[in-house]
Amino acid sequence: MIQVALFTGFALVLMGLYGALTNRDIIRMIIGFTIADAGVNIVLVAVGMMAGRTAPILDTIAPADAAQRIIDPIPQALVLTAIVIGLGITALMLAYAYRLFRFRRSLDISDFRDLKW
Amino acid sequence: MSLPRHTAVFVLLAILGVAFWVLLTGYAPDETLNRSALYYAENTVSDTGAQNIVAAIIVTFRGLDTLGEVTVLFLTAAIVGLVLSHSRAPRKAAGPGILPPGELLTTGARILVPMILLFGAYVFVNGHLTPGGGFQGGAILASGAVLALLADPTRRFSHGAIHLVESTSGVLYVLIGVIGAVIAGGFLDNRILPLGEFGTMLSAGAIPVIYTLIGLKVGAEFSSMLESFEETEDPA
Repeated sequence: MIQVALFTGFALVLMGLYGALTNRDIIRMIIGFTIADAGVNIVLVAVGMMAGRTAPILDTIAPADAAQRIIDPIPQALVLTAIVIGLGITALMLAYAYRLFRFRRSLDISDFRDLKW
Repeated sequence: MSLPRHTAVFVLLAILGVAFWVLLTGYAPDETLNRSALYYAENTVSDTGAQNIVAAIIVTFRGLDTLGEVTVLFLTAAIVGLVLSHSRAPRKAAGPGILPPGELLTTGARILVPMILLFGAYVFVNGHLTPGGGFQGGAILASGAVLALLADPTRRFSHGAIHLVESTSGVLYVLIGVIGAVIAGGFLDNRILPLGEFGTMLSAGAIPVIYTLIGLKVGAEFSSMLESFEETEDPA
């Protein structure tokens, strides 16, 4: 199960990067980055998974045997942070994409050559 | 895109794919918790009184980290507002060619928006007991704002109210942290309030309070970002 989740996550990262690197349309690049972001989060959560254990919430587990019954809570806390920051990055990218469109009337990245050398 | 560049991207990603493949095939899941996870598993209840260990990590053990995260989110909302502020649509206008929302959406939103807001509040108030917490609850609050905006695209939320909620909850969050440093064990320590009975609503010290503040702050930040996007004028 863990291997399946890891594989899916890695595949999403590769797909997202491929989309972000090969598309010329800025919106499609942003979507590619978002897909890669989701892939990284899946990989991180999967790494914390341990077979035969349950979520780190002690409502049905006695606190005394928590150490034997729960999975690693740290990746989950990290991914929660990563998701929120990822959303912030997406919002920023979209706002900049809008400004670029206002500026050049185009969302094609090859129309923006000011920093090209 | 030119063929050689396409090929270069493909080769690079193939190399990265090989690296991932090596990681994947060589991965062996842990049999026991690692040392820091073990600490959290054994001491969360006695240290914080929270049922949800992830919430305890986010709000208390790594509280400073979360404060930084909320700050990053605030910065993002501020930059989005700044970047889009030059193209703000005039009041009661939402660009040309906007489709009027249907009767279903308007009526549905009238029923659903209060329920969504209530659900968001439920999620962040129960963050220390059940899966959920401030960030998730705040996102749900903002989804209520999305629905309200979809149902009435010319609607304008009050900027003043959103900023008031955001800054008040931010200041209170830091203040609670400082109180923790003065009367309890350190910055953002949740033991400034009694830990209460394990598993009840009013337990885990300051965690529900902090999560409520985070929920309000995150909800206000997401709403102000949405508002910035919504209020931008379509380039005619």
